[in-house]
Amino acid sequence: MSGGRARHLYVHLPFCASRCGYCDFVTVVGRSGQHAAYVDALLAELELEQGVLAPRLESLFLGGGTPTLTEPRELERLLRALPPAEEVNVEANPETVTPELAALLRDCGVTRVSLGAQSFQPRLLTVLDRRAGPDDVRSAVYALRDANFDNVSLDLIYGIPGQSAADLDADLSEALALKPEHLSCYELEAKPGTRFTHAHGAELARQAEAMEAYFERVVAGLTEAGFRWYETANFCRQPSPADGRDLRSRHNLAYWRGRDYLGLGIGAVSTIEGRRWRTTPRLGRYLASLRARQRPEREVEPLAEQVRRSERVLLGLRLDEPLPLAGLAEAVDPGAVDRLERLGLVQRGEAGDALALTERGRFLGGGVTAELLA
Amino acid sequence: MELDRIRNFSIIAHIDHGKSTLADRILELTETVTGREMRAQVLDSMELERERGITIKAQAVRVTWKGHELNLIDTPGHVDFTYEVSRSLQACEGALLVVDAAQGTEAQTVANAYLAIENDLEIVPVVNKIDLPQADPDAAAAEIAELVGEDPGRVLRISAKTGEGVAEVLDALVERIPSPTGDPGAPPRALVFDSAYDQYRGVVAFVRMVDGSFSAREPLRAMAQGTRFESEEVGFFSPTMRAAEALGAGEVGYVITGLKDVSRLRVGDTLTSERNPASEPLPGYKDVKPMVFAGLFPTDSDDYPDLRDALEKLKLNDAALFYEPETSQALGFGFRCGFLGLLHMEIVRERLEREFDLDLIVTAPNVAYRVLTKAGEEVEVHNPAEMPREVERVEEPYIKASIIVPKDYVGPVMELNTERRGRFDHMEYLSEERVLLVYELPLAEIVLDYYDQLKSRTRGYASFDYDVIGFREGKLERVDVLIAGELVDALSLIVHRDGAYARGRALVDRLREEIPRQFFDVAVQAAIGSRVIARETIKAKRKDVLAKCYGGDITRKRKLLERQKAGKKRMKQVGAVEVPQEAFLAVLNLDGSKK
Repeated sequence: MSGGRARHLYVHLPFCASRCGYCDFVTVVGRSGQHAAYVDALLAELELEQGVLAPRLESLFLGGGTPTLTEPRELERLLRALPPAEEVNVEANPETVTPELAALLRDCGVTRVSLGAQSFQPRLLTVLDRRAGPDDVRSAVYALRDANFDNVSLDLIYGIPGQSAADLDADLSEALALKPEHLSCYELEAKPGTRFTHAHGAELARQAEAMEAYFERVVAGLTEAGFRWYETANFCRQPSPADGRDLRSRHNLAYWRGRDYLGLGIGAVSTIEGRRWRTTPRLGRYLASLRARQRPEREVEPLAEQVRRSERVLLGLRLDEPLPLAGLAEAVDPGAVDRLERLGLVQRGEAGDALALTERGRFLGGGVTAELLA
Repeated sequence: MELDRIRNFSIIAHIDHGKSTLADRILELTETVTGREMRAQVLDSMELERERGITIKAQAVRVTWKGHELNLIDTPGHVDFTYEVSRSLQACEGALLVVDAAQGTEAQTVANAYLAIENDLEIVPVVNKIDLPQADPDAAAAEIAELVGEDPGRVLRISAKTGEGVAEVLDALVERIPSPTGDPGAPPRALVFDSAYDQYRGVVAFVRMVDGSFSAREPLRAMAQGTRFESEEVGFFSPTMRAAEALGAGEVGYVITGLKDVSRLRVGDTLTSERNPASEPLPGYKDVKPMVFAGLFPTDSDDYPDLRDALEKLKLNDAALFYEPETSQALGFGFRCGFLGLLHMEIVRERLEREFDLDLIVTAPNVAYRVLTKAGEEVEVHNPAEMPREVERVEEPYIKASIIVPKDYVGPVMELNTERRGRFDHMEYLSEERVLLVYELPLAEIVLDYYDQLKSRTRGYASFDYDVIGFREGKLERVDVLIAGELVDALSLIVHRDGAYARGRALVDRLREEIPRQFFDVAVQAAIGSRVIARETIKAKRKDVLAKCYGGDITRKRKLLERQKAGKKRMKQVGAVEVPQEAFLAVLNLDGSKK
């Protein structure tokens, strides 16, 4: 069972204690009785897909949902059954990270934990429907440190209804005070038609102008604190002279570099050799198929060569490293490059064989990329 | 037919006051159509003619009544066609002035009644719809009698619907309307009062013979335009086409010319015989010029050839329609079209959309300007973007507007007219309740939303009509719009100096709302020459990213960018600025401006 090329594996654990208003991931609330069946199904699916995986994995990422809400016994069973990888990341909600859980994760080979802190202001956490308070975040980080985790990432959300610039600054300094190796900072996306937008849309519209500068504020605050803004929404500590560790998320870098990856679980997406598929988001059907040792339903999207090139450009330009244009020239409109270069938004590499966004270009990355794509 | 046995007349009535129904009754009562043939509103129906391979509508119908030949001449219904109406009236000696017993006189009726009086027509006033429960025939009769200076007792009271009083109308036509004068022995002269284009037979001229006579296969000449042709057939409608050996002095009928283009035979011209030509044409020919101009652009630029073909076809039957290709930075390829007035524009637009199935963008209309340049050159300007920058003098068309309103609304109407640079001419009480206001106004002030304003300020009670009275000098300025320093031709406009600042301000505000933020600050300015009168800055975007993008988001992210990309393609490039077509439309579109 070898020869496959995907060296990155994503496993989706959908269970949550409750659903947060802004969340648009595939989640399942309640159903704690089905954790074992779900882990069985994941392992059955892994067996079916084993062939696409490379013999050695670079990264394994458990996302959710709230992976750490999974029954500890089942989580352990899963972690021990999954193939080993150089980086093993688990997403966690702060309130679930007890010293026992931290020790279990470490014991099962987990190397990195990303904590959904989101904010340190109780009032804003309420707006987001988050259960954890600021103290939960702190004790979670301490528990992880006690269990010898040396790679902890915090997720923050900005642009929350009612969030002032001072609130944002406070969130950044509270987060930095915990000395995480990594930070992911997302602007809140209020999707039209969601419960959240219904409740807070008017307030967000009112604050839109004030919040426009928050992205810049986040980048400025974190880079001043010595973080590298290595991807649109991701920051890591610069390697310390002592250990020289690259603290970027290896798993996520794989996405941005256009690598193949396999996704297991409901709603999980895989991209392998020019095909992308998304497994059914319906828990019952997923469990039933895999009980019968059959592939669950999936939506398949073939990726034409041209589409793959465009994706390479749009993903690659999110990073702070120049994107090598070898093989991608057709995907880029040279006229647009000239125009955007004049506007100080993109930069060609010295030999003209690479392309990068300038700092301003990165703030406008969406529009700039749309214009760049041929 | 001897001249004293002929009566030529038309019917003047406001829309829905019963013109067509009365015409039907007349056809029926004179047995021009039998009961079996009779269908409602024969004059307005084109199907009968279609069955006979001719697609044009009768503009004049001959009927006989008690040994007399009566010719009923149809007139176009609206103000924009005042000149055509006046030619139709010139072909008559009398007119039935029909007023709805419930509605009373309308501005359009008044305007056409005055036109008839100016043409020395004998007016036979008629109050119609006396059968309606809400009819007030006495009030309507008093109003109409006052209008034409007639004894209220001589106003006929009828119901065209039931036929009551229609025979008396015919009797009154014979008794009151003078017979035509003309010299049967003189060299022939015939007034062209209308024309139509038939795809099989070419241009059909509707004529009133004044002197002499015409027969088929006779070489003829249009005296003003000089167009020469041979009459293929002469005849009259009764109610369908009937060929005749000849059309004699005083008679009304048609001449089939075989010409392939209506513009070669203009309404108001005089036809004469090549063999026995008259020395003088009939008076009153005018080369009618369009007064209102607008750009017509296909919504989808691929439809440009279809629009061109459609305009060509319409032009065959509409000599007053003018068009020339126009290229707009904002809207692409289209045509600048000239119209007699707003209604004419509306008709053309509707026909293009309905008969030719085109989706059009119609820019806000402007009027024709007469410009004397500093170099001493006189030019006519149809498009604000073509207004020379250095001008000595600009003249704009003026109208005389007749507005009838209930007396309570006189104030609001006066206010509106003052806002629109109107000059009060006079005011008449048509009855205790209803007032006729006459104003002189620049045509430019009514082409945009005057009518809507008038309606809304009078709760829909005002009726309005106008007549172009000539060109007058105005303190007019050309206001240009600059986006990031680039002049946008499509947005230039000509406005009165006093309104320039407000219009410039409004344009700039609107554009700031409509133009999306760009990667850099964009100045939007309105300027008169080099003087900026209004300015707004569209601030550069500070962020435009999708924050999250992991394995499950890539397809969505790609699709978002594809959509963003497609959106960009629909943008018009003004210098480095991308402006959505909608932004131009918001400023330019006729419908948009009405809101």
